[in-house]
Amino acid sequence: MSSGETVLELAGVAVEYGRRGQRVRAVDGVSLTVARGQITGLVGESGCGKSSLARAAVGLEPLAAGTVTFEGRPVTPLSRRRRPEYLRGLQMVFQDPYESLNPRRKVGEIIADGVTLGGGSHADGLARAAELLDRVGLPASAADSYPHEFSGGQRQRIAIARTLAAGPACLIADEPISALDASAQAQIANLLGELVSGSSLGLVLVSHDLSVVRQVAHRVAVMYLGRIVEIGDTETVWSNPRHPYTEALVAAIPRADGAGVLPADLPGDVPDPASPPSGCRFHPRCPIAQDSCREHDQRLAPVAGREIACEVRATVKAGS
Amino acid sequence: MTEALLRVERLSVALPTRSGYHHAVDDLSFAVDAGEIMGIAGESGSGKTMTALSLFGLLPPGAQVTGSIRLDGTELTALSTRQLRAVRGRQIAMVSQDPATSLHPILPVGTQLTEHMRYHLGVDKAEARLRAAALLETVRIPDPERALRAYPGQFSGGMRQRIAIAVALAAEPRLLVADEPTTALDVTVQAGILRLLDRLCRERGMAVIVITHDLGVMSAIAGRLAVMYAGRLAEAGPTAELLTRPRHPYTRGLLDALPHPERGGTPLVPIGGSPPSLGQVPDGCPFHPRCKYAEASCAAERPEPVTVDAGHLLACPPDPLKVGA
Repeated sequence: MSSGETVLELAGVAVEYGRRGQRVRAVDGVSLTVARGQITGLVGESGCGKSSLARAAVGLEPLAAGTVTFEGRPVTPLSRRRRPEYLRGLQMVFQDPYESLNPRRKVGEIIADGVTLGGGSHADGLARAAELLDRVGLPASAADSYPHEFSGGQRQRIAIARTLAAGPACLIADEPISALDASAQAQIANLLGELVSGSSLGLVLVSHDLSVVRQVAHRVAVMYLGRIVEIGDTETVWSNPRHPYTEALVAAIPRADGAGVLPADLPGDVPDPASPPSGCRFHPRCPIAQDSCREHDQRLAPVAGREIACEVRATVKAGS
Repeated sequence: MTEALLRVERLSVALPTRSGYHHAVDDLSFAVDAGEIMGIAGESGSGKTMTALSLFGLLPPGAQVTGSIRLDGTELTALSTRQLRAVRGRQIAMVSQDPATSLHPILPVGTQLTEHMRYHLGVDKAEARLRAAALLETVRIPDPERALRAYPGQFSGGMRQRIAIAVALAAEPRLLVADEPTTALDVTVQAGILRLLDRLCRERGMAVIVITHDLGVMSAIAGRLAVMYAGRLAEAGPTAELLTRPRHPYTRGLLDALPHPERGGTPLVPIGGSPPSLGQVPDGCPFHPRCKYAEASCAAERPEPVTVDAGHLLACPPDPLKVGA
């Protein structure tokens, strides 16, 4: 259970939805490993499949292809049957803490559920709730209040405490800070960093806010239209993005430096996943696309200390 | 002194709650010139959206407004509903955060664009149709003729927001109020919308008020910036100055809480606590319970904005961030 060891492994994962009789592939062959003691960031524009991938990783969406392995055992899709006991260590934090907490139950009871459902006594649960509230930076007195008595940032702390009550080895957080206020966003981002740092907990942070992922994630995977286009250490990817899509994303972030520079535009919209472009899926919007990009499916290949799915860049790099 | 396009003076908005009236906007003054982009920043509950709604006379029922809102010399607070209708859309228009709620879902885009033109500009149907297509082209919607016949649901979020901006521009307003226009959008789409707003200002001489908590967006397009806290003005001035040399501890705190692209890996510095809710605004400086520079006087005396530099207003008498202090 040491830091760095793989806790969750996704191999060739595909997720499909039915839409008007046709199958739409939201995630198309994604492989990703999540290490203990690390935050793995998953970024991309809306519609890129990052939330579908997150849901598939915990078993909330059935897989159309591929496997998800948690601590060496398969993650099975949620069904009418009881979720296998060993999956208790795989938990999810949802985006909206206004909807993910039961408004009619006290905070202490909500958190204690994580313990009692695992076979612990109610008293153990309440004792653990007090500890966890402290760990997420809330007073122990919060246990006797209802969710509506808290601000958005505080509610997200409660939601995180609830998942921690199950003693997770891996957390999947789907846009955990995007519904929050500016100052609460920084607080929750820091909290996630503290929880993971030096522990055996692995965390997947799904976010469209690239600058927050940059701040807390050790590794980052950039998704476009159901596929990973670039993956590597956050620092490496961010300081020198190699895939043209990552470049466009980083250049589009406005900086609060007072310089008055307009962020760079990436023309066009994300194509409909029901009819993805042939070859490299980014080629219709890509500034460096060549004729071959229309035909060749791109595979992730190591370039400059990370992996990118772009043969144009990979070839240039190899040749130079 | 030339008259500003919009001049808001000592505006206060009190909203009815179960515990009586409470100020959502408290003694706020600012002005916007033609062709200028001004930003209003603040967290939720800071009163920035209520400020915007007060310009349109669209406050919730029972709201009490005092102070003055003058648009090109006309006092908007004194207008009747009928008179306001001639101003809304024609003189000032609004783009809200969520294009899913600002566009009518079951009216074609063309109808939503042309009804403004026909009502406010008195142009005929054919002329309005031509202008609508041109407008869609301005906001970079591909195949405008087809888009006019389509419904909002057939477009992506970014395209819907561009259509919502086109609808707001239909009657050629002189002031556009954009309330969190890009908050719901991806950064790549946001970049396109920011460039569009910047271009429209320069080409049409239109003034824009951008309301957002995103200081990166402010840095990109707003020339001047007003920072609000608990319904009051904390600090206002040229954006470049506020973002590089903030004088109010709250502005400083907002900047410190931001992830810095050049400072990856270091923890963010959040502002402790959360903003006060309506009716629970502390006495004195509303920020003092969260302020690490607070002095005894901050809890007692209400700070008024004073000019500390050319065009730079500050409502923080101790001024702990003053250079050389």
